[in-house]
Amino acid sequence: MSANALMIDYEFCTGCHACEVACKKHLEVGEGQYGIHVLQDGPRELPDGRWEYNFLPMPTSLCDMCAGRIAEGKDAACVHHCPAHCMHYGPAEEMAALAAEKTKSAVFVPVA
Amino acid sequence: MSENYYESHKGEWQWQDGDYTVTRTTTWSGPGCHDGCGVLYYTDKDGKLVKVEGDPDNPFNQGTLCMRCLEMPEYVNNPTRLGHPMKRVGERGENKWEEISWDEALDIIEEKVRAIWKDYGPEAIVAHVGTGRNNNDHIPYMTYSAFGSPNFSMGYLAGDSCFCPRSASMASMNGDFFIADMSQQFEKRYDEENTEWRCPEVIVNWGCNAVVSNSDNFFGHWIVDCMQRGAKMITVDPALTWLAARSEVWLRVRPGTDAALAMAMIHVIAEEDLYDHDFVEKWCYGFDELVERCQEWTPEKAAEVCWVEPEKIVAAARLYAQAKPATIQWGLKVDQTTNATATANAINALWSITGNVDVPGGNIIIRNAYQQNLSYGYSYRELTPEVQAKRLGSEFPLMSRAGYSSSAHADSVLKTIETADPYPIRMVWMTSTNPIANMGADAPRLYRALRSVDFVVVNDLFMTPTAVAFADLVLPAAMSPERNSQRCWWVPHRTMVKVTQHEECVGDDELALMVGKRLHPENFPWEDGVEWIDHILQYETDDKLPYKTLEEGKKQVWSYPDFEYRKYEKGLLRFDGGPGFNTPTGRIELYNTNMMLWGYDALPEFKEPSCSPYESPELYEKYPFVLTTGARSYEFFHSEHRQAGTTSREMHPNPMFEMNPAAAENLGLEEGDWCWIENQRGRCRQKLRFNPSLDDRVVRAEHGWWFPETEGAEPNLFGVFDSNINNLTPQCENGDTGFGAPYANQLCKIYKCTEENSKVMPSYHVTMEDGYSKDIDEANGDVKVGKTYER
Repeated sequence: MSANALMIDYEFCTGCHACEVACKKHLEVGEGQYGIHVLQDGPRELPDGRWEYNFLPMPTSLCDMCAGRIAEGKDAACVHHCPAHCMHYGPAEEMAALAAEKTKSAVFVPVA
Repeated sequence: MSENYYESHKGEWQWQDGDYTVTRTTTWSGPGCHDGCGVLYYTDKDGKLVKVEGDPDNPFNQGTLCMRCLEMPEYVNNPTRLGHPMKRVGERGENKWEEISWDEALDIIEEKVRAIWKDYGPEAIVAHVGTGRNNNDHIPYMTYSAFGSPNFSMGYLAGDSCFCPRSASMASMNGDFFIADMSQQFEKRYDEENTEWRCPEVIVNWGCNAVVSNSDNFFGHWIVDCMQRGAKMITVDPALTWLAARSEVWLRVRPGTDAALAMAMIHVIAEEDLYDHDFVEKWCYGFDELVERCQEWTPEKAAEVCWVEPEKIVAAARLYAQAKPATIQWGLKVDQTTNATATANAINALWSITGNVDVPGGNIIIRNAYQQNLSYGYSYRELTPEVQAKRLGSEFPLMSRAGYSSSAHADSVLKTIETADPYPIRMVWMTSTNPIANMGADAPRLYRALRSVDFVVVNDLFMTPTAVAFADLVLPAAMSPERNSQRCWWVPHRTMVKVTQHEECVGDDELALMVGKRLHPENFPWEDGVEWIDHILQYETDDKLPYKTLEEGKKQVWSYPDFEYRKYEKGLLRFDGGPGFNTPTGRIELYNTNMMLWGYDALPEFKEPSCSPYESPELYEKYPFVLTTGARSYEFFHSEHRQAGTTSREMHPNPMFEMNPAAAENLGLEEGDWCWIENQRGRCRQKLRFNPSLDDRVVRAEHGWWFPETEGAEPNLFGVFDSNINNLTPQCENGDTGFGAPYANQLCKIYKCTEENSKVMPSYHVTMEDGYSKDIDEANGDVKVGKTYER
């Protein structure tokens, strides 16, 4: 069985912090600590006059892939709460295949 | 992997999860917004709220939640919460209190109210409630049925400028309300096979950053759901929002000029023959007059006024008009100008002439589920006509006599407190509203006025600057998980069930009952809040609602009514059952005969904001930036969520204002600098964040700031005036209808805070030196512009 992965379709990440806070509550970490941290790029004008404004939720070393939640039949806290429905959790191959259909995406596979 | 947890609990409203009890219900303010999302509350053996998760079965939010609900336990269990009734023992502003029993608090209220009844009459009592608080039913009911006063109003929200201007425009023009169709009226949501819903081809997001603001029962991320299903975007916003960055066309409009932009779009759509001929011919009244009115609004002229390229106006008009269907999701900034009514009429005309009316994926006509209409008008009709006639704001006939407002006019209430004309105001009641920190324009003026009121009751979640400055009694309010409730705001109908209790806090319904039983027990026959809810479900809701008691309803959690598109074709809108709209002509009135009847312009028109580069060039010389205020943050709901040590303050510790970096560098400012934002009315300080997407002539500042971690007593008063952008905004400057106020179109200058220029902080200046906007023009009751800030 392959490792589980997080696929983030960050074309649709609005930077709302829901994943960060859901994860903080799941991990019970305090101020300044994150299991997933939303990075921001922009707003920045591109040479062709279009605008770049993206967010990327980045899993940190504290991310435990919600192992306990998954064992209980729940889903990952960040995936569950993402209001943009832009995060997905599943076997790495499936997530890679899903990512291939997207314009801007990242697949996170933790190395145990 | 074990069985899917959520599937295994489908249909259950409550279950055990280890040591926790899980309760499926819904939530709305306070704390947080009034969207009414579905939640799963996790409570421990002692009944303490430990965790909040999104309910994946609830079609409204589909399992997701924003950060404010996720962090709700930080507020529910916050050690600084109010827990007991308290009476003031020091002077106002000293923040000295003595804990008293509920009975003692009610004794004080009863004695004061009876004395006011005897000496002044019930109209001398005014009550306010913060937006969306427990559905806004109970405090209005208490105002009318316990105090006997007609004066319920939004607490000093100038021009009632949050949704009220738009709703009045829609009511007068269409006889109904429109919302953007994101399938929210269907339990099956985005299911195009089993519903008639179709994804909009184009969505216009106008005057609100929808994903952040979640305004007016519209969950902003529904737009993102539609974008993932192929919808294209047009965004109207002075700054590049996330949605603007993903838009085909972003119209970077000068704050306060949206009416000109809308009229230019109408102009293009008419000129290029892109309008829906069939719909206009059959269902619109006054198309020719509208087009004639918009004749002068060429894209070139609007471009000059709005600071937008003319090509983009044309592109937006074409993209919107040629898409079938297309929808417009609009927001607060339409209301926050004195030209609010006309702006809303013009935008309403856009979806009308393009035939996007009550069609799948267009702008749909929505009514409250199961015909439940309580809210601000709940029991107002029980007042005698003589008492109703005393409602403040009668100088605005569209609001008062035509009935397009369901509350007293906020600015008129303020003026009446200041002048005792037409009668003195002796008592002010505020439930879950913090006007000097939040939406009260010209906060220093408000401070002075409320300080003069004989008796003030503040009922809230925390000790706020408003409570410290004015309250004689402070009453602790229950938070969402501590209340039983039910509501309709559009759809669906929802119930809310109490899962925990904090100290002696009570919900709005319980409080209104306690007060009502003392004053007019015949109007409050219910034993408790649940009996009142059951009464509403049985007698104030139509028979189709499947549950008749909270006990049944809490298990079902929500209920969707049937929905039909194209109701105007089916005779479902008018009282006479005929086809058409519920207006005098039976059509959508592009030429608005209701407005005409009450002596107002029947067509949209653009008016420059009173403080603008073009309308007040002398002011603009001194204050060379256009200032817009009140953009929302994910971390906060209005002035809430500022408590130290919470996740919201962790992520957003300081008040921030934004400028274009080039403009900032011209002034020698660096990102992160604390700066003074100042105009002729006053000043406040916020921290500079660069935003390269802004026009270099525009500044954006935050609202709602106070600092609960600092000293509550005056002169600091939780620092409420220090970063308060409403030191710079006016009260009593409204549109001719009474609706709208220029929160979002002021002028300002920016300079860096130094030790030298920060010796006297605004909170000190206002509370100790009688500072800002103190000069009232006796001729008209307004602040004397330009004579108000002379430090």
